[in-house]
Formats: sequence, structure tokens, C-alpha cells
Amino acid sequence: MEYVKAFLVGGVICGLVQILLDRTKLMPGRVMVLLVVSGCILGALGIYPPFLEWAGAGAAVPLLGFGNTLWKGVKEAMETEGLLGIFKGGLTASSAGIGAALVFGYIGALLFKPKMKE
Amino acid sequence: MEINKNAYDAYVKEVTPVNRLWPDVGKAFLTGGLICTLAQGLMNWLTGPMGQEKEAASAWMLILLIGLSILLTGFGLYPKLVKFGGAGALVPITGFANSVVSPAIEYKAEGHVFGVGCKIFTIAGPVILFGVVTSWGLGLIWWIGRVMGS
Amino acid sequence: MQKGKASIQFECPPWITAAGSIAGKKEGEGPLGALFDRTKEDDRMGKDNWEEAESYLQKEAAGLAMKKAGLSPQDIRYLFGGDLLGQLIATSFGLMEFEIPLFGLYGACSTMGEAMSLAAMTVGGGFADRCIALASSHFATAEKQFRFPLGYGNQRPYSATWTATGCGAVVIEKEKAAGGKTKGEKMAKITGITTGKIVDFGLKDSMNMGAAMAPAAFHTIWQNFQDFGWDQDHFDRIITGDLGTVGQKILLDLLRKEGYDLRQQHMDCGIELYDGMKQDTHAGGSGCGCSAITLCAMILPKLKTGEWKRVLFVPTGALLSTVSFNEGRSVPGIAHGVILEHIEEEKREWNT
Repeated sequence: MEYVKAFLVGGVICGLVQILLDRTKLMPGRVMVLLVVSGCILGALGIYPPFLEWAGAGAAVPLLGFGNTLWKGVKEAMETEGLLGIFKGGLTASSAGIGAALVFGYIGALLFKPKMKE
Repeated sequence: MEINKNAYDAYVKEVTPVNRLWPDVGKAFLTGGLICTLAQGLMNWLTGPMGQEKEAASAWMLILLIGLSILLTGFGLYPKLVKFGGAGALVPITGFANSVVSPAIEYKAEGHVFGVGCKIFTIAGPVILFGVVTSWGLGLIWWIGRVMGS
Repeated sequence: MQKGKASIQFECPPWITAAGSIAGKKEGEGPLGALFDRTKEDDRMGKDNWEEAESYLQKEAAGLAMKKAGLSPQDIRYLFGGDLLGQLIATSFGLMEFEIPLFGLYGACSTMGEAMSLAAMTVGGGFADRCIALASSHFATAEKQFRFPLGYGNQRPYSATWTATGCGAVVIEKEKAAGGKTKGEKMAKITGITTGKIVDFGLKDSMNMGAAMAPAAFHTIWQNFQDFGWDQDHFDRIITGDLGTVGQKILLDLLRKEGYDLRQQHMDCGIELYDGMKQDTHAGGSGCGCSAITLCAMILPKLKTGEWKRVLFVPTGALLSTVSFNEGRSVPGIAHGVILEHIEEEKREWNT
């Protein structure tokens, strides 16, 4: 059942974004920013966390989940560290993802050469 | 020759073919859905046989997906996946990883510091920047609310 | 002789005596593939990076053209060349070792028309016996500069065009160049030019270049008809550079509104270069290499045999940069017209 939920939720989010890509002139970069910002806001409004709990990976893997993680980090850090937490929390919570992307990205650059598109 | 720019814009819209929306959406749904299903499989494996806590499993799952996406990009396969699946491959964290590694590979020719180092953020940088700024801003509002409320 | 508002008619039309073309893998697999002098399987051309690969294309095309004309670099008075990269690095690094005086040109994808116009004016005006005009583009360098890194996944809209990998070079010389004869062929003569102005209809979509450039092509063709007092029937073909399928439709519509029906004559290098269905290039080819290699491999040979007697060659360019685009400016277009004619044999050998 959780596989079906992950498939459907992830699929629906991607499908909706595809409509946005096809029917507006928004470049993919802008859409990515839009998703992360939306994820943050949905997190702060308290909408995303229960949704994530219910949908599992289908809500964690899209960039909305990344935005939610940033918010979650800020909120948690704020509870323990107060105002300082809002500076630390976002990057702390997202550090695994960003760190992996940067480290693997650099290793990728060392290993691979650019390839022509077909 | 007098031209009406708005009229021309409308005319161009009319003659320019547009992608057929529903097949595109269907492919995005399928691709995004499958990536998330794979992620769910990783989660179950990490929390089950690997005995990870849910938080840690979630982080490991993202790391594994990012690694996979970077391998696929290196072998030139990820662009093909995006060409087929569109948003289905851009929206998951794998799309973010693709946006990090592709400029890193492309700009290696311009050196490690000014090539890879600077350009690695060309597409992903805005995502991190606006994500952090938004969460900071919301955090500030939350904090003010709490100070005022208490 | 100056004609009308923006045209020149040459009293001694310069000749095109050789043409060299080199193209990439996808272009080699396209409908014109067999016609190029050389096609390369490896789009990196065995070099370290894409920019060097494009420089290699420039060097090879210029070398091929000189070789075909039986000339060495010392015989060439001026080079008129350009590409799409910032500060024209493909041209300058590619042509450096020839040590021929160079005019580096930027006309976006219309560069081949600009280079040929200036070379023809220089030769026609008596300032040079022989010049080479050339232009190149490379899919990878253009993507990198104007769009995304190659490994970044994206979906191209149907109106998008595919930047051609290739370089075309032509030797333009005086009918009887001083200092001897040429081993080159009488491929065609340039009897006139019509220089385009910047035309901006306010379009902002960088993924729909055809629509941005069609008004410029329209204006240059229309200006050519006004300046010389003829119409489309004067030409066997009117060939634009890289409007693609969307731009072609717009061009024909714009001309029809002014009372010209070009459906018989119009061709577009971008549409000819690829098989849009099989090669998934969407609206067609683009880039300065697109019109340059199509000219060298297909148009000039047909003019040489006389299959076509008169052609109006109109490479089209979109004058944008990533800066202007990000700053929200429109995408203005420009198109340069070059009138090419078949060279009649002076004496016919009836007996053969």
C-alpha cells in the first residue's frame, strides 16, 4: 500500500508541475525554486508534515519535501537555540542532501566528460 | 511598416505548435511515480533490514538517490530520462542532483576553482538560496509570534 | 553600384570559386549528409573541449576551401569570419595560424550572409583579389553558452531549433584575379547584396527563434524586391538561414500580406539540414554553421550546374545574449541577403 501511495503522490506532484512547465514559459530553474519555496511555506502552515507522514517517499523525494525539510530544521533549531536557530536550522537539516550533491557532484566532475545530447 | 507587437505576439502563439499536454503529464506522472516508488523501496530496506531510524533512513535514501542520479548524468542517461519524463525527472531530488553535477562536468574544462567550483551552483544555487531565505523569513515570523505571544 | 535603400549591385560580380564544408555527426546523418566535404563522427573532434572543437571546424573548413581553389594562405587577402561564442573565440583560435588579415564578425546566425556581403564588397570594390568568408557553430558550445550544460536534463519545446555543428567557408575572388589563375571552379557569382536592419517585433521567447527572426527575413526580402524592382519570380529559390518550420510559416504569411507569394521559391536551410521526424530536432536547425554548410554543400553545387540560375540567400540571426534575455529584453532579428547567380560558360562546346 505504501508503494502505491508513494507512486501516486509522487506522480501527481510531477504531473501537476509538468502542466506548469508546458503551459507557462517558466524555465525549469524557476520551477525548482518555486517548489522549494512552496515546500517551506506549506511546512510552516503545518500542511506538509502530516501529508509527508501519510504519503512517505512520494512527498519526501520531490523538491517540495526539500523545502519542508528546511522549514523543519529552522523550527526545531529555534526551539532549542532561539533566534540563532533560524540561521542554523535550514542548512543543518538539509546538509545531508546538499553535502551529498556537492561531494558526489565534484567526484562526478572528476570522473566524467561532457557528452553530446542526442 | 507599422507593427503591433501585441498582435504579433498573439499571432505567433497561434502558429507555434505546443506540446500535447496530456501525454506529457502522463509521462511525468509515470516517471515521478516510479522514482518515488524506488525511494519508498529504499526507505523500507533502510528501516527494515538495515535497522536505521526513520530520520537517518530518510537522509540515507536521499543520499543514495543523489548518487544514482549523478552516475546516470555522468553516463549521459539522465538527460534522456528528463526528455521522456519532463517534470517527473526534474522535480524529485534526483533532478536537483542532476542540476548540480551537469555544470560541474561541463565546466571542468575551465578549471577546478573557476570552472567546477563556481559553476556547480549555476542551476542549483538559486534553489538553496531561496530555500534558505524563505525558511529564515518564516522562522523569523514564527519567532516574533512566539515572543509577542509569551 | 548602390541600389535603392539597402542594396548593392556589383558591376564586376565577384565569383565564388571554392566552398569547403565540415559537419558534425547529426548533420552527417541528416538528408544532406552525403554532400558535405567531411563529416566527423566525434563531435569533440578529438579535442579537449567543445570550443577547441569548433575552432578545429573553422580551420578545417577554411583549409578545405583553399585547397579546392588551389590556393595557399598567402593568396588570401582577407578573412571574414565569425561564430556564436563570446568574443569570437572559435574564429580567432581556429584561424590564427593561417596568418591572414582577419575581420571577425558577429551577426548571430546571419554571420555567413554578413561575411559574404563584406567579402563581396571588398573584392567588388577592388580592395582585394581573394577573400574567404566563413562561419561556424557547434551544438555543444552554443548550448553551454546560451542554454544549459549538456548533462542537464530538459525538454525542448516544438518551436525550438537544434544548433548545427559545422563550418562552411567560401573563396570569393575577382573574376580574373590578379597574379594568375585559380584552380577553383566557377561555382556562382555574387551579383548583389541587400543588407538587413535590426527588426524587433518584441518577442521574448528564446525557445522560438524562428518567430523572432522571421520579421527580419521578411524585411530583407521585401527590401531586396523594392531596391531592385523585381519580385519572387526573379529567383529560382529564396533560401533563409534558420527560420525552421515555425519561422517559415510566419515569413510566408508576412510576405503574403504585402502581396508576395513565396511558396514556390522559399526554402530554409534549417529545415533542409535535418530530418525533423527521425532526428527529433523539432523546428529545424540553427546556428551560423547551419546556413554556411547548407550553402557550401547544397546551394552552391546546384548553382554551379545551373539547376538553379538565381538564388537569394538570406541567413537569419537572433541578436540576443543571456544577459539581454535575463534582463527581460526582447529578441531582435537581422537577416542579410546575398544574390547568387549561375555563371554561364563563356564558350559552349557543342561537339562533345
